[in-house]
Amino acid sequence: MSPLISRGFGGRRRRDVDPARIPPGQYVVDDFPVLSAGPTPTVSLDQWTFSITGAVDEPASWSWEEFLALPSEEIRTDIHCVTKWSKLDTAWKGVSVDVLLEHVDTAAEFVSAFCDGGYTTNLPFADVTDGQAWVAYEFDGEPLEPVHGGPARLLVPHLYFWKSAKWVRGLELLDHDEPGFWETNGYHNRGDPWKEQRYWSD
Amino acid sequence: MERLAPQPAPLTWRVATLARLQPETSSATTLILDVPEWPGHLAGQHVDVRLTAEDGYQAERSYSIASAPQDAHLALTVERIDDGEVSPYLTDELHPGDQLELRGPIGGYFTWNAADGGPLLLLGGGSGLVPLMAMLRHRAAAKSDAAATVLVSARSWEDVLYRDELATHDDHGVTVRYTLTREQPPGWAGWAGRVNLEMLRELGADPGAPLRVFVCGPTGFVEHVADVLVQLGHDPHRIKTERFGPTGG
Repeated sequence: MSPLISRGFGGRRRRDVDPARIPPGQYVVDDFPVLSAGPTPTVSLDQWTFSITGAVDEPASWSWEEFLALPSEEIRTDIHCVTKWSKLDTAWKGVSVDVLLEHVDTAAEFVSAFCDGGYTTNLPFADVTDGQAWVAYEFDGEPLEPVHGGPARLLVPHLYFWKSAKWVRGLELLDHDEPGFWETNGYHNRGDPWKEQRYWSD
Repeated sequence: MERLAPQPAPLTWRVATLARLQPETSSATTLILDVPEWPGHLAGQHVDVRLTAEDGYQAERSYSIASAPQDAHLALTVERIDDGEVSPYLTDELHPGDQLELRGPIGGYFTWNAADGGPLLLLGGGSGLVPLMAMLRHRAAAKSDAAATVLVSARSWEDVLYRDELATHDDHGVTVRYTLTREQPPGWAGWAGRVNLEMLRELGADPGAPLRVFVCGPTGFVEHVADVLVQLGHDPHRIKTERFGPTGG
């Protein structure tokens, strides 16, 4: 079906934005909207750990201090939320998931990111390795604010942003796929913005 | 390809026709739409609306459904954002008989069905009231006896959506309270100012009760209300939130 032309609708294309950077159905924002399914959890940094669990020979875990001591990267990337906004050239600092998995021996094909507040999201192993995913703890040079997922969130910018789980506390490595919170609530299992995989049937 | 498990209807784009427009406040308008073969929805869900310009340029936005699943038409209440790209078109340019593309219903989490039961605690800021109104309308249409406590936060009395209709829900197992954050009419007996701990305590929703709590509104409202509810001892897992930022369109 070819789309219906909306009589009298001109739209407002942003001239300052390269259209090739905007996935279908998205629009560019300059602020940083907040979306989450429940209250913002609070965690004290003394209690915080990040763990690799599941199908591994030996689970790994870092305290906040140990985590900050891991080799970090600065990441500049565009992010795309399934609720239609995209934000360009966002600046993060965090630890590559490759670093976290460096000493982990696994045959896992999927991961489930688990978080304070009980949120989970599932990802193919291949989507979080090879320089495609980080656990980020700084945004724009400042500690990541709790509303945006602080102290640390997953950052998987090539997928819709719900996959970049806020308040992340670890990755469970799995030999099977285990749909997470939004994935069992009508949203797409993988969520590639360039294929506009918003909802389960997309 | 044959599907192995029954699945809900695919979310394809549908052509809806505007039956009529219902002004709600100076900035909000409800679009009453005919949607052929609408698959039905749950109170709290939303739709994506897509506009296409002559040259093929498209803009998509999400809007909460205001109507109950039982209603004959699909109603979307749209807050006009003056410098928005889509909302001024929907509220000002669209006329009855015009067509519009939409798909949905979307979202399986921020929803309430009469069969889920109560008690309900609904807290809406500004146009965050829209999905909560769908729940109240559904509650009435389903003749549910779930107790519902509603707190409506708006800038002024004129900015309260569905004012007259809310009054008709009040007393039938529903308690509606208001706080006006910027401007109160003379003799105003409701609350004034931002939602606070005292208001939520006075609302009387017992944190120990198996409440179904829905909070919807701008980010600042939702963050604050959810934090205060947690301070009052409400179980964070019972608090469902839906936030929207100042960016919209």
